[in-house]
Amino acid sequence: MPVGIVVFPGSNCDRDVRWALEGCLGIPARYLWHEDQDLSGLDAIVLPGGFSYGDYLRCGAIARFSPILQAVVGFANCGGPVLGICNGFQILTELGLLPGALTRNKDLHFICEPIALNISSNRTAWLKGRDVNDEIFLPIAHGEGRYQCADDTLHELQDNDSIAFRYVTNPNGSIDDIAGITNPTGNVLGLMPHPERACDPILGGIDGQLILSALLG
Amino acid sequence: MPRFQAQVLVNLRPSVLDPAGEAAKSAANSLGIEGIQNLRIGKVVNLEIEAPEEAEALRRLELLSDRLLANPVIEDWTLDLNPLHTTKTA
Repeated sequence: MPVGIVVFPGSNCDRDVRWALEGCLGIPARYLWHEDQDLSGLDAIVLPGGFSYGDYLRCGAIARFSPILQAVVGFANCGGPVLGICNGFQILTELGLLPGALTRNKDLHFICEPIALNISSNRTAWLKGRDVNDEIFLPIAHGEGRYQCADDTLHELQDNDSIAFRYVTNPNGSIDDIAGITNPTGNVLGLMPHPERACDPILGGIDGQLILSALLG
Repeated sequence: MPRFQAQVLVNLRPSVLDPAGEAAKSAANSLGIEGIQNLRIGKVVNLEIEAPEEAEALRRLELLSDRLLANPVIEDWTLDLNPLHTTKTA
C-alpha cells in the first residue's frame, strides 16, 4: 500500500520524498493534491518541505486550511502515521496536530547544511529499536526552524517522552535543542531536518532511511 | 449592510525572541540613531467587513485574528474596528 505525499502550491521537496521512498527504499508512493480529500488505500502520509502558499502570513498558516488536511487530521486521529518534514512540521503545528510553533532562526540566517542529531526517544514506531543518544546526520534547510513553546508544553513534551530528535549543536535557537517531536500517541512526527535528502548513498549519507522506512511500520 | 473598517496588529509575544527586530535595532545604531530600545517587528492587517451590526463584525474579526492572522502560541493581537461611512447618493 502506498504512502501519500501531499503537494501544496509551493511545496518543493515532494519529488525528493517520492524519489527517496520509491527509488531508494522501494516503498510505493503517490502524490495527493492539496484539494483532494480521499486518503483511502494509503498507509501513511507525508507533508513535505517547501514554501506552501509562499509562507504568506506565517509558515504553514494558509496550508493549514487546505481541504486535504481535514482528512489528514482524521487519518492521524485514527492512528495513521503522519510525517511532517520542515514546512510539513510547520504545518502540523499550525494545524494543532503537534504543539508549539516554528519561528525565525535566532541569527536570521537561512541555514542549509548537514547537521548532527541525537535520537532523544525510541518510544515510537518511528525510532523503535534505536538507542537513545545515537547520533545521526541529516541535512537541514530552513530560515524558520526555531522551535518555541510555552513552558508547560515543554514539560509535557519531556514528560511524555515526545522529543524525538535534538540538535547536537543548536543551529537556530530552538528551545531545549528540539529538532523533532511526536504527538502523545506517537503516530505523528514533525521534524525540521530532511530525511529524504539522506537516503541515497551518493548524497553522502543514508540516515534518513530509518525515518522514511518507519512510515510502513 | 453596514460596513466596517478594521486594523489588526499582530506582534510576537514579549517572551518570544524577535531576531528581525534585533537586526533592525542594530541597523539603527549603524545609521547613527541612538537610544533605540526594544525594537519589535509586527504585522498590520487592514481590512473591511460587512456585517449586520458592529458586535457581529467584532465577533467575526476576533475569530479571524485568533485563528488565522495570529498564532496565539507565539503572537498577540489587538483589533481596532470602526464603522465605515459611505456617501449615500440620492
